[in-house]
Order: sequence, then structure tokens, then C-alpha cells
Amino acid sequence: MSLSQRHILSVNDLTQKDVALILKTAENLEEIAHRPVKKVPALRGKLIGLCFFENSTRTRSSFEVAAKRLSADTLSISTGGSSIAKGETLLDTIKNIEAMQPDLLVVRHASSGVPQFLSKQVACPVINAGDGSHEHPTQALLDLMTILKEKKKIKGLHVAIIGDILNSRVARSNMILLKKMGAKVSVAGPATMIPAEVEQYGVEVAHDIKKIIPKADVIMMLRIQREREADGLFPSLREYARFFGLNRETMRHAKKDAVILHPGPVNRGVEISAEVADGPHSVILDQVSNGVAVRMALLYLMCGVKQMSF
Amino acid sequence: MKLAITNGRVIDPSQNLDGDFTIYIEDGVIDAIRRDKKPRGGYEILDAKGAVVSPGFVDLHTHLRDPGFEYREDIESGSRASAAGGFTTILCMANTNPVNDNASVTSMIVNRAKEVGLTNILPVGAVSKGLKGEQLAEIGEMVKAGCMAVSDDGRPVMNGKLMRHALEYAKSFDVPVITHAEDLSLSEGGSMNEGAASTAMGLKGIPAAAEESMIQRDLLLAKLTDHHLHVAHVSTATGLEMIRRAKKEGVRVTCEVTPHHLVLTDKSCSDYDANAKVNPPLRTDEDCAALIKALNDGTVDAIATDHAPHAQDEKEKTPFDCANCGLIGMETALPVLLKLVHEKKLPLKRLISLLTSGPAKAFKLNAGSLKKGMPADIVIFDPNQNVVIDPHQFHSKSKNSPFAGWKLKGKVLHTICRGKVVYGMSLRGAQATWQSK
Amino acid sequence: MPEQKLLMTEAQMDKTIQGMAQKIVDDGLQEAVLVGIKTRGVPLAHWLSRHLAQITRKTPKVGELDINLYRDDLSEVAEQPVVNKTEIPFDVSACGIVLVDDVLYTGRTIRAALDALIDFGRPKFVKLAVLVDRGWRELPIQAEYTGKRIETKADEVIKVMLQETDGKNEVLLKEHFSKR
Repeated sequence: MSLSQRHILSVNDLTQKDVALILKTAENLEEIAHRPVKKVPALRGKLIGLCFFENSTRTRSSFEVAAKRLSADTLSISTGGSSIAKGETLLDTIKNIEAMQPDLLVVRHASSGVPQFLSKQVACPVINAGDGSHEHPTQALLDLMTILKEKKKIKGLHVAIIGDILNSRVARSNMILLKKMGAKVSVAGPATMIPAEVEQYGVEVAHDIKKIIPKADVIMMLRIQREREADGLFPSLREYARFFGLNRETMRHAKKDAVILHPGPVNRGVEISAEVADGPHSVILDQVSNGVAVRMALLYLMCGVKQMSF
Repeated sequence: MKLAITNGRVIDPSQNLDGDFTIYIEDGVIDAIRRDKKPRGGYEILDAKGAVVSPGFVDLHTHLRDPGFEYREDIESGSRASAAGGFTTILCMANTNPVNDNASVTSMIVNRAKEVGLTNILPVGAVSKGLKGEQLAEIGEMVKAGCMAVSDDGRPVMNGKLMRHALEYAKSFDVPVITHAEDLSLSEGGSMNEGAASTAMGLKGIPAAAEESMIQRDLLLAKLTDHHLHVAHVSTATGLEMIRRAKKEGVRVTCEVTPHHLVLTDKSCSDYDANAKVNPPLRTDEDCAALIKALNDGTVDAIATDHAPHAQDEKEKTPFDCANCGLIGMETALPVLLKLVHEKKLPLKRLISLLTSGPAKAFKLNAGSLKKGMPADIVIFDPNQNVVIDPHQFHSKSKNSPFAGWKLKGKVLHTICRGKVVYGMSLRGAQATWQSK
Repeated sequence: MPEQKLLMTEAQMDKTIQGMAQKIVDDGLQEAVLVGIKTRGVPLAHWLSRHLAQITRKTPKVGELDINLYRDDLSEVAEQPVVNKTEIPFDVSACGIVLVDDVLYTGRTIRAALDALIDFGRPKFVKLAVLVDRGWRELPIQAEYTGKRIETKADEVIKVMLQETDGKNEVLLKEHFSKR
């Protein structure tokens, strides 16, 4: 079995079969993390380029651990350490990396569309590890895995995504994937953070989070970038936290078995209060472990495949 | 030097002419248009059988990038592109380096254009020194040196007071002020039209209101100053509606639309094709329909290409949101616009008037007409010839066209500027009967 | 149509496995845990454990090992093999292990299984039990407990069918099997 796609650029491209294969593989690979020797030789001798043109600790370490668990070698470049800062073009940098014969590239970039662009320029498969406000497919897959483990199903679940939908690639990938898998999705946040024509994703829009929290089986909080305050999307973090943050008070209206997800890093006291983030509903740390498993699955499924004509 | 163009279908909206005529040219000017078929008396003959003969096209909006950005385009390559597209008079914007904000740059452009001699190039001077939007440029001197209009195009004049003064001051020298209508605070960070497509692509959008609010401000200032405002590249239905209303009220306003805003929408940006990144951005189907309606009802005075050459490194080899705005249009304008004619959305005569008498009249240019005594600027084209747009065959130095690969109809066969054939294709595979010296 | 020959019936299989269990007990290895190699090694391991239980009145633990991640031909297959679940519900370092598989052929699967096992710890020993040894070894690997040893041709295939995976218990030899 293999994926229908050579690259993972957008969750739009994934078929239901692809998603099932990725999740099944991830579940079966998960056990490796609990062995005394947390490493299998499956991708021995493979070189995986981790091209992070935008700062990232979590996603990069997650991919790095995933690669290492599969015995792949990694080549890491990040904005600070690369020649991008010295005026080299993106394409030059990627061509240089390509000359080192990587078997797969993981790309994170602040500009939407860069992984798509690079996938047309290089010979190896590309995984989008987050591009601008466009997509973050591996995050959506790990969120899906986390929800599935908690709820045993996706179809019919009500998922509320709350926060800065406008600037969030996590929200976009999740809206698409969750709808594809049959969930009902609501988005909520101040109107300044709801993008134009978000209804195209088949989601419901609310501005009062108290209205959707009681209905939600899954509450997905998005990180608030502090610079959005300067951008004028909300007046202050304090006010944001009061009206759009998740805290003990708002959680009183939630379903007893509601689970809370957050892509991290968490702004404690802004979009989510510390007690809720650490509370019984939170599965934030499970997301992290599942993230490694999902990324292992993708690396395994994409890296091992010989050059095929697509 | 005497030339006669025979057998063509002559369409000249400036004198409401449409029929089989022979055009007589002597010493670079139109000597006569007559019905006779066989010219006598030492004329070179250009047989335009099966083709349309019209006044050479006038483009109120191009960027020739010379001086300063000659890797994208220069006056010579821009002139060739102009001739290949059927344009014989083009205005070039001031955002060069150095900026055309003083007479010496204007003179340099005028002189270089004459040396090249393939098309009439009329510079547009800057409104403000260095396009900074702070202090008026030396408009009077630039007009003396050959500028036909002033504009900070590429950047809006954000300061309302400066725009008012620009209109008032330009009035003293009788040149229009061209506005690039964009509220920078509303468009900040945006790289395409705000809507479903920008949301799906995760790109910051530019709302239509960013353009419309500035059009409205400038219309009010044109009314206040009672001077000629020309609105460049109108892209939204509401923007046009405001201009339509202002015209009815007697405000001295003219406007142009571009071929790309007529036939492309923000969906063209999907797959992050930076060649479809342009400012103002490509809008929606509804906007396209409103623009086409405005071509027909007279709200729009001219079609202008906003020919904006960029190197590949600045376009498709860079992330979409970092790519430069603009696309080249002179060599694709005719076939792209004829699409509207073939789809019966726009009559051919109307199209030709928007490319000839319309812009000439708007800017009081000595161009766009085949009347006796006018410069012999003529384009001969086959409106039905199939073409496939191939940027590699462009005469422009740049290739940034969103129309690459399009299968269209319409081909410029000959372009004549000041009585000289500056671009010539053989008719039906045979050698042209007349070649330029 | 490739011809096929019945090598073992269900009753013969059961008898063979019973013999293997007896031999394991005779060797004093009744404390060992069993690890079945996916896919057909797993039901076989359970079958073996039932016979061991009959003899010793104690059911040995059974683990499941998927060796796909340890295969030495991963860079040669056109498509990645599906990764199945590995479940080793005991501390490998504390016990001796009997690996169980259906057919011993090149020995490459066993090599992979040994590597996989060692990633779980340092077993006291590892023995190998197979239902059928068909020869054609490519690595220096032998089984301690072999149910049936037969000589085969290169284009023949031994098909061990098990209730859990194939709906019935029998062993077939298929001739002129075109290798993929």
C-alpha cells in the first residue's frame, strides 16, 4: 500500500484511504517510543532535509525525532543558520540542499505556497511542515489521530476551532480534514480574525464562544500571536482572554467528556488558562506524542518508495 | 516615401469609418483615405486583404523600466514589444531609477525613444519628488520636456492635501493627474484580492474597498479642483459605479481598465502563480462583468495594458507573497481583448475605439486617428488568426505573462509608425510586399 | 494453473506442533516466552502455546513481532510494506525466547526478527521454531525446532494456511509459482 500523493502539501490532496493508511501506520509505529531502544532501521541511509525557513521548535524537533526513530539521517537548515539571511534566494538554497541527494524534504516557510513551489523544483518528495497561513497538514493529521484515540470516531463529532482563524494554517488544514472525515466544524473568534468567505469550508461561524462550547465534543484552541495585537486585530491580550479565552468559567458550559487540543506553544492565560491547559480535558501532550508517530508514518510511507512515475 | 494600404477593412472610430478603403501615406502622415482600389503614382503597396486596418493603438499605461531597471525592460525592448502588439503611442510611468521627477530624466527618455524610433513614447512625470508622496515634483518643467501627464503610479498619493495640490498645479500646465487608487493602510501586506481564494490559499487579501475608497477621495478632489483626474486600472464594480456617477455629475474624470482585469479573476492566482499577481489584484467574475459592461456603456475611456515587466527571479522563482506585482501586456493585449469580441461581449469597433480614439481623446494626444494630416500610425491585424501565447517569443525582455499557453485568436500583422513599417509579418506565408528600410 | 500438493492436514499440523512442544519441554525451555512473527507466526505461536500448556499446565506468554521495519530489502521494494502492530507484553531481558514462524526459507526474516527483538532488550537466549523448513538458506540461520523438513525447487512455494488468517488449517506446496 502506498499514498496516492508523492508530496504532502495540502490535506486537500489526501484521500480517505491515504488518511487511513497514515493513521494505521502511525498507530503501529507508536510502540517504538516505548522500547528500550527507540529506533528501527527502516530508513537507514536515507537523508531527510529539514528546511525550516521559519522559526520552529516543536514541529522541527518532532520531525527530527521521527526521522531518528526510523534511523534516517537529517540535514537541518533554519533561517538563522542558512544563507537565506545572506541574500541567497530560496531556490538557490533548496538547489544546494538538493545537491546533497536528500530522499525527502520537510519544508516550513512563512510564505504560503512555498512547499508547492519547491515540490516542482526538486526531485524528491516534499512534506509541508507549515506554510504561511495556508496549511499545516501534519498537524491536522496528528490532531485527527488524537481525536480518534479519545473519541474512537470522527464522523458526527462536533469540533470547535477557536481563535485566530484568519492567520492560522492549523485551522485551515483542520477544517478541511475534519470535514472530509465527516465531523461537524464550528469556528469562533473575534470578527477581525475570521477570514473572508470562511463558509467555503462548510463550517459554522460564531463570535461568541459560549454559544459553541456547550455543543463541542472537541475544542481546538489556536495560539494567539502577540504581534496581532499591534496589527489591531484585538485591543489587548487581557480583553482577548476575557472574551475568547478558555478558562474554568467557560469550561463549565462544556460537555463532560469534551477534549481540548492546542497546537502549541500555549500562551497560558491568553487563549487558554493554565488550569484548563493542565486539566483533565486537555490532551495537549498526547498531541505531541502522536505528532511524532504521524510524522514517522509519513516519512516511512514517503521515503521508502522508489522513484515512481506519478 | 509614399505608401498605400489596400484591400483592408479600415476601422477608424475617430471618424466613424468602417469599410474597404485605401489609405495613402506620404511623408509619415495620412494623406488620404479613398475607396479606390488601384493606387497610381509611385506608391509602395501594402496589401491588407482579409485584415483589419485601424489607427495604431494607444496605451496610456506602461512601465518601460528605463532608466534603472534595464534587466526587466528598456526603451528599445519596450518599443519592440509595443510595435509587436500594435501600439504606436505609449505612455510610460515614472517609477524608474532615478524616478522621472525632473526634466532631465524626461528628456533622456524622450531622446532615447526617438533614437529607437519604433513607437511614440510619451513619458508620464511623477507627482511627487522620488514618488515619496511628500513634495510636488517639478511638473511644469517635465511638461515642457515632454511629459503628457503626471502620476505616482505604482504608489498612491496617500496624502490628500498633496493630491489636491497636484490636481491644482497640474491644471496650470493642462496635464491630467493619473491616480493609482489604493489605500495603503487597507492593502498592507496583501498580495491578492480578498475573498474565497485568498482565504483558501492563506494569503493576505486586498479588499476592493482599498481601491474604491481612494477612487472616491480622488473623485471628490477632482470635483473640488475642477481638474482632469484619470483613474488608472479600475478593477472593481463599485469603483466603476462611482466613476460613472461622477461623470454624470460633470466631474472631469476619465478612466482606463486593463485587459487582465477584464478576463482574469483571483482564481488565476491558485497554485500560487506569481504571474497572476498584480496591483490592483485580479478580482471576481462579477467585477469582470461590470468592467465589460462599462466598456460598452462609455464609462471606460481607454483600455491600457499596465505593461509591467519583471524578471523571473522577482516573479515565479520567489514565494507568491514576496513576488513583485505586475504583468506584461502589450504583446498579448490584442488577442486577449479580441476574445471579448469573439464571445460577443464587445463589438470590434468599440474595442478599437478604446484602444485608439478613446485614450487619444482622454489625454488630448495627437494620435489614434486616420484623419488626413494625422501621423501615419497604423496597425493591421487579422482578428481571426489562431495564436498560442508563448512568452519566449515576446519582444519584451520579460516573460511575466499569466496568458502563457492560452489559445486565442488575433494577430498583429503590421505596425506602421510615422509611415514606417516597424513590425511586419508576411501575409499568408508570402513575403510582405513592402519592407521597412 | 500451478499445481498444488497437500503437505499437511490439520491433524498432521496439530500432531507436529504437539511434537515441537514436547521437544521444547524436553529441552527444559518451558519457561521461555513465545514470539510469533507476523503474520502466520502469530497464530502458530498461540497453537504451540496451547500444546505447551497441556504439557506443563502453564500457558506461556505470546508476543507479536512485525519485522517489516527491519527488512533488508526496503530500498528495493516498489512500495513500502504495511507496518503492523508489534506487541511484546513482557520484559525481553528477563526471559528466554522461542521465535515462531511458519516457513524457514532464506533466513532473512529471522535475521530481521532477531534485530527487532534485540531492540526490546537482551534476551537470555533466542531459539527458533518453524512449522516447515524448505531449505534455500541465504544466511547462516537454523531452527532448533522444525515441524517438517522438505526439499523444494526454487519456483515452488510453501503455503501455510491457518484458521485465523486463511480460514482453514493446512499446508500446501504450490509448483511453478511465478516469483514476483
